Amino acid sequence: MTIRFVLLVNKQGQTRLAQYYEYLTIDERRALEGEIVRKCLARSENQCSFVEHRNYKIIYRRYASLFFLVGVDGEENELAILEFIHCVVETMDRYFGNVCELDIMFHLEKAHFMLEEMVMNGCIVETNKVNILAPIQLMDKSS
Amino acid sequence: MLSVSFFELKIWVHVCFISFRDMIRLIRACKTAAEERAVIAKECALLRDAFKEDHQDYRHRNVAKLMFIHMLGFPTHFGQMECIKLIAAVSYPEKRIGYLGLMLLLDERQEVLLLVTNSLKNDINNSNQFITGLALCALGNICTAEMARDLASDVEHLLQSNNAYIRKKAALCAVRIVRKVPDLIESFIDPAIRLLGDKHHGVLISGVKLCIELCQASDVALEQFRKQVSTVVRLLRNLVISGYAPEYDVNGISDPFLQIELLKLLRYIGKGDADSSDVMSDILAQVATNTEGNKNAGHAILYECVQTIMAIEAIGGLRVLAINILGRFLAFPDNNIRYVALNTLVKVVSIDTQAVQRHRATIVECVKDSDISIRRRALDLVYNLVNENNVKVLTKELVEYLKVSDPEFKLDLTAKIAALVQKFSPSQRWYFDQMILLMVQAGQFVAEGVTRFLVIVISNASELQGYVVRTLYRSFQDWRGQESLAQVTVWCIGEYGELLVNHSNELQGEDPQTITESDAVDVVETILKDVRVTPITQAFALTALLKLSSRFPQCTERIKALLSGYKRSHILELQQRSNEFESIITRHSSISASLLERMPPLDVDGSSSAMEADAGVYTNRTNLQQPSEALSPKNMNSSAQAEEFTVNLLDVLSFQPIGNPLSPPVSAGDALLNLLGSSLTSPSNVTMFPGFLHLTKPPMIKTWATLQCQFNQNLLVYFLQLWHCKQMASR
Repeated sequence: MTIRFVLLVNKQGQTRLAQYYEYLTIDERRALEGEIVRKCLARSENQCSFVEHRNYKIIYRRYASLFFLVGVDGEENELAILEFIHCVVETMDRYFGNVCELDIMFHLEKAHFMLEEMVMNGCIVETNKVNILAPIQLMDKSS
Repeated sequence: MLSVSFFELKIWVHVCFISFRDMIRLIRACKTAAEERAVIAKECALLRDAFKEDHQDYRHRNVAKLMFIHMLGFPTHFGQMECIKLIAAVSYPEKRIGYLGLMLLLDERQEVLLLVTNSLKNDINNSNQFITGLALCALGNICTAEMARDLASDVEHLLQSNNAYIRKKAALCAVRIVRKVPDLIESFIDPAIRLLGDKHHGVLISGVKLCIELCQASDVALEQFRKQVSTVVRLLRNLVISGYAPEYDVNGISDPFLQIELLKLLRYIGKGDADSSDVMSDILAQVATNTEGNKNAGHAILYECVQTIMAIEAIGGLRVLAINILGRFLAFPDNNIRYVALNTLVKVVSIDTQAVQRHRATIVECVKDSDISIRRRALDLVYNLVNENNVKVLTKELVEYLKVSDPEFKLDLTAKIAALVQKFSPSQRWYFDQMILLMVQAGQFVAEGVTRFLVIVISNASELQGYVVRTLYRSFQDWRGQESLAQVTVWCIGEYGELLVNHSNELQGEDPQTITESDAVDVVETILKDVRVTPITQAFALTALLKLSSRFPQCTERIKALLSGYKRSHILELQQRSNEFESIITRHSSISASLLERMPPLDVDGSSSAMEADAGVYTNRTNLQQPSEALSPKNMNSSAQAEEFTVNLLDVLSFQPIGNPLSPPVSAGDALLNLLGSSLTSPSNVTMFPGFLHLTKPPMIKTWATLQCQFNQNLLVYFLQLWHCKQMASR
């Protein structure tokens, strides 16, 4: 019933952001990321956004050159996760202003902060953009 | 050092502490993976030095770099202590990076985590809400059972804090604590209920999550929450009816995430409890009808709603509403929605098959969709939907689709069709038709167990044998190398060859076709000589030729010539068979007639257990198996002469009597049964049994004949023993 990981991967298969909510060793992570990304990149536009891999369900969506992948287990509502991915993108867009892959790369820690405000322990906590961005903007102002 | 590239030189020249951004630029500038590894190795070395020298100022930058390197997949354990030092720092940005590093680089299995417990305790009780929030976040993501126990009381206290930000984080922290330390569940039930009364949506979402977690974990909690049903319903109603709330609005729907969580909670509360299900049916109906269905957010809510309705004890009308929604989803052009609908329908079909039958046509369309995820789901669903009434129609559709489907899917599809046909066929003739069609379309994907079952049924269906062998002959005319078709055809022609030629038992509607004996032998020869068949099929073909030699006396010479062709084959089985068979034909033509009589109807029971493991299907025996006849002396010789033959046979072939190693006379069938039962899996034991045959009763013999069928080792021995046991039975 929870989110297991969130990955942002570009079209060449390079990971731009990885947040795992369960423990996997580095080798396992590499292998997992490689397999999943290969599956998702091979799919076409009009195929559905849900892929089953081992015991996870992967829900993905492509925004320009980045793939947003969320791995869930069990009985999670897939359409809700799609909404959530969109919420993440909108939040980042609001903070960075017309966000693109480079923004996320060079401000990796900010992207992580945002994601942390939104998801905790695999559960969605906050979806209100104002509430999410408040602590981050405060921190920017103070430093 | 002349081999050092210009690029590496650049690194050395660099001042030790480059900024985070610059490091990222550097890594990005690498053209190959080897270069990247080199750069990262250098960076790690620099970082290790920096950590050893314990530079305060750049620590947070270094940890950020470490994090990036970790994301790329390189080992970073040397940085863990740094994170901990950062967490203990005073300034907020440093703490922030420290906690981020903590959550990314560490996990609950590291012992280093224990060192953090103290810092966490201090930070949780800090006056700054953000710092408290940080600590709660970290706790919520990676705390261990011991840490949870230590800090649970603090978290509980914070659940009642004035600050919504803190309450929200504390609630999710509690979720993790409850998961790790089930004993503490009791203390969190009341605070959770209180959270349901909160106004702030963030707190509500986490509160509801906590409630769901508690419901899943303990029945006591479930009882308590059942009493709160009306509160939850009221919350949902407010959300649905309320006007436009800009902060939480998504495409015109107010806070879909919260709505979905509430629906989930209702699902857990209502499952198995009729009273609460009653209370919530109104609101569920309202959500189902009022939610706007043209945006993804609306669909997500409807999906959750349908799942909830199907899980609780809903009244019939509500269930129909849910299934109609699913039907609407199925017709959507968007693949995601159809996938989701099919997924849910698979679960629904076991509860309410009738309602799903109405959407059968759409589902069958989905089997032909271009997206593989949808095809697989639809196929599962169709498999569950089949019953006696619609099996003919559905099978026809599926077989039609088999012609155009792609190879990876064909395997699944063939297995499913075969299972369906076996389970639900209304008549034996239809079953044979479908199986032959299946083998023609997708012969190379048909499993061995399925063909074996088919052969058994054919052997039991005496009136249809002629029809089957003639149909197989006809289908064989456009053979394209399908293995299973070849095997079954060759076996049938071998067994029932004369039925091909003499048109016996012709059914209505069959085209009369004149087939000569040599035509039949032609077919077997084609299969034998084709390069695409495996040695197993060739062995089948040789056996068939032997049988035909007795049924078609005019072709004996030709058959002998064909058999001799394999006397020097480098495949041992073929060589053995061809030599033995040829010797039967040339030197023992007197007994070959009785030797090569029709096989007794094979027993479904004996061999079906192995097949059930293959096909994974419960064989509906009443449909297909006719009352199996005991070994009736249909075509038996008279016994007197047989006695003589027994003796002669043993002499002539210097057939080593399988010397009775077990001389103490065994009492009747029981001991044999035990032996049969225990050594069903060892072919080597089977040849020992004939020694007992004179002590056994006819039913044993039939089972034993089946066993021999399975462990078809030395063919000659097999035939002799079969003939031997026929003699026994005739006494």
